[in-house]
Amino acid sequence: MTLPVVLFALIAVVTAGSALGVVFSRSVVRAAVWLLFSLIGVSLLYFLLGAEFLGAAQLIIYVGGTLVLVVFGVMLTSQGPFAGPRTRPAEWLAGGLLAGALFALIVSASLDLGRPAPPTDQPLPGVGPLGLTFLGVPEQPGEARGLAFLLPFEIVSVHLLVVLVAAAYLARAKKKVAQPPTPGATR
Amino acid sequence: MTDLGLTPFLTLSAFLFACGILCFAAKRNAIGILMGVELVLNAANINFVACARFVPSLRLEGQVFAVLVIVLAAAEAAVALAIFLNFYNNHATVDVDEGTELKG
Repeated sequence: MTLPVVLFALIAVVTAGSALGVVFSRSVVRAAVWLLFSLIGVSLLYFLLGAEFLGAAQLIIYVGGTLVLVVFGVMLTSQGPFAGPRTRPAEWLAGGLLAGALFALIVSASLDLGRPAPPTDQPLPGVGPLGLTFLGVPEQPGEARGLAFLLPFEIVSVHLLVVLVAAAYLARAKKKVAQPPTPGATR
Repeated sequence: MTDLGLTPFLTLSAFLFACGILCFAAKRNAIGILMGVELVLNAANINFVACARFVPSLRLEGQVFAVLVIVLAAAEAAVALAIFLNFYNNHATVDVDEGTELKG
């Protein structure tokens, strides 16, 4: 039992348990808090794997941004702590069967993947090489890499801009449709 | 890290993926389903980063794709929440079974 194994076991238990909490909690707010712990666990996993930039980005974007968005959504649409429709047992059964089958399929595939070639262990490239890759600069000078990831980078940037404009457009405050006044209604 | 290997990470990611799928299937609240999407995307991201660490030919690519997935997930969450808010304005609920106007 070396330190990475112990750390991985701890983080995996926290992450998987919180994911179960997301699935099985009936209150949406509690599900959001479980999701918070699960996302923090995933970012710790990135740190454990040596991808510091990704871990930090996960903390900032997911935990700081996306989760706050989700909590705002809960706040704006919630009708009560445990209000809302219950899930029927048949739906749990069908969903559980589907999820279990997919889990078994992926685990068997990944066991096959890990077995034949023992994985090599190299430290991951840091932020510098990562940024240069995005900008299309080759790792070694003279290496023919073309523009590498410059095009996906640009596509994602423009996509983010378009999506945020669209989100602001969709969620804008609209004028209420004038309803015909019901007779005898008092204010 | 060599004694850990690729398989534990892939297994954990498969578990998160299954939890996300169960969220899709079982939750009636649209925001709960969005949380399931987040879980699935995180599972994919764990795979990318673990492969970046343990597969030599993917050292940069895994991380690059993980960054792209994080950005796209943030964009997806923003649009999905905007759609849900619109849905809530029109139906006064976020129960996904209520969205049946297009049913034939």
